[in-house]
Amino acid sequence: MNMERLRKYRDRTMLWACLGAYGFTILYPLYLMVITSLKSTREIFTDPFGLPERLNLQNYLTLFETSRYDLYFINSVTVTAVSLTLIVVLAAHAAYILARYAFRFRYALYLLFVMGLILPIRLGTISLLQTMIRYGTYDSIVSLILVNTAMGIPFGVFILTDFIKMVPSELDNAARIDGCSEAGIFYHIIRPLLKPALAATALVNLIPVWNDFWFPLIFIRSDAQRTVPLATALLFGQFQTNYGLVFAVLTCASLPVIFSYLLLSRHFVKSLTLGAVKG
Amino acid sequence: MNHTTSIPGTRSVWPMIALFTVPAFLIYGRFLLLPIIQSIGVSFYSGPGMNPSEFVGFDNYRNLFTRAPYNVRFWNALRNNLIFFAIVMVIQNAFGFFMAVLLTRPGKGVHTMRILSFLPTTLSVIVVGFLFNMILNPTWGIFNEMLRIIGLEQFIHPWLGDPKTALPIVSIAVSWQFLGESILFYTAGIDSISPEILEAGKIDGVSFFQEIWHLILPSLVPIIGIVTIMIFVGDFTQFDIVYAMTTTRGNPAYGTDIFGSLFYRAAFQSPSRGGWGLGMGATVSTIMSLMVFLGVSFWLFIFNRQKKRFFQD
Repeated sequence: MNMERLRKYRDRTMLWACLGAYGFTILYPLYLMVITSLKSTREIFTDPFGLPERLNLQNYLTLFETSRYDLYFINSVTVTAVSLTLIVVLAAHAAYILARYAFRFRYALYLLFVMGLILPIRLGTISLLQTMIRYGTYDSIVSLILVNTAMGIPFGVFILTDFIKMVPSELDNAARIDGCSEAGIFYHIIRPLLKPALAATALVNLIPVWNDFWFPLIFIRSDAQRTVPLATALLFGQFQTNYGLVFAVLTCASLPVIFSYLLLSRHFVKSLTLGAVKG
Repeated sequence: MNHTTSIPGTRSVWPMIALFTVPAFLIYGRFLLLPIIQSIGVSFYSGPGMNPSEFVGFDNYRNLFTRAPYNVRFWNALRNNLIFFAIVMVIQNAFGFFMAVLLTRPGKGVHTMRILSFLPTTLSVIVVGFLFNMILNPTWGIFNEMLRIIGLEQFIHPWLGDPKTALPIVSIAVSWQFLGESILFYTAGIDSISPEILEAGKIDGVSFFQEIWHLILPSLVPIIGIVTIMIFVGDFTQFDIVYAMTTTRGNPAYGTDIFGSLFYRAAFQSPSRGGWGLGMGATVSTIMSLMVFLGVSFWLFIFNRQKKRFFQD
């Protein structure tokens, strides 16, 4: 019995050692990023590991004075909000049809949509660039909204079709008997039940859309259309030798994501695993 | 369970079917499917500017495989990308699986660690790249300083400046960021193993490693497949990490140049900075599409043969 307890104690300690070491490797680089952004250049070199002597926001003040960071932030919020809304609305409508109506080419259409799950949109960049120039959306965040929406639709269709198929079709029939139109069934019966799945679709797309760097790098030229990731890269180049400022740029780019993740973590983890379990 | 297109007593539902599916398909088709196909088309053309117009058949491919300087850059990127993929895959699968086993043990704090493990994945890749770039930066030298403090002075090294270490370091940075994703998938897999199986194992008195080998691992095979194919597709289109850590040239001496950075330079930069024109750029991206296609087909063949049909209802 004693042996048993000793073994349990040993296992527990080893578990904690592993988890602790892993937690440290996650948090320490992020900790370095934040504290360095609060230091003066002198302090960064004389005491790189310690906490700053006093709270020094000079780097942040310089960043906001020399760049239009508020604008970049608004651009990123706009691109993300509009893309996620379009993904959810468009995918939900298509998913309802794919889940509920038998018609020729239904399976082909479904496959065509789901194929997008493994097609990296970056591989179409050359043609997309030509298209954006032709459409007059080059150097505008509209181009980013279009590619991000296209990128998110496959997962939306995949997950939402599955969800709608789980809603018993007796509900549809009951509504039909009560005189509800076919489209009305979607809006009044299905949509309210779909809310958690719609939120999951939006959440799964939040990270890739917010963090997208490749398309802004290629599509965006003017300062006024920059998003946060593109601005981060350009400011990094601009301030390269001013370490405090560089870390302020990195911290500003990360904190909104970190906070929204921690706030919504429970939902995040649930939504993201949907794909794995269904797949 | 499925309804036919005309439900008794109602009008045809065709207009609604079209109205509901066309907008989604239009955006998806026009800005994802079609561009990938059209980019393949561009790879058969040559010429300056935005619309290469001279049809050259497979010449671009011939140049890419056999003519300097194209072939040098191409085979180098292929080699680097394979090494990059191999390192990331081993780290993410091995550590991801190991951590997932620990994170599915009952215990306080485990839940917090699960949430924490995914945190780096939420960051933008360029932020992570710049962060490690700074930490490994030889001028500031904070990583080397850490080594000195813990008494490992003999390991002090210009990590991103040495062609031998740069690529492994970039691979480790990517693994650091996306380990949380593997953990997420593996914990989901372990959580969905029926508790009776693990309970039965406990009653039979299996050891920790027997439990992993005989009870957990077999039911995770499909997840290993999903994680690996996600890493494969991600790594063969990866660009941001190279941009942030070793620039678009894949320094030092193209030691970290992978397909993503080669594609970017070839297609979108001026000739003085490594640009080859859109036709050659499209050739590189077509090869990338081909690699992804082969990888995914292989995965479907190996892991999904017994997958359930979608419309069995």
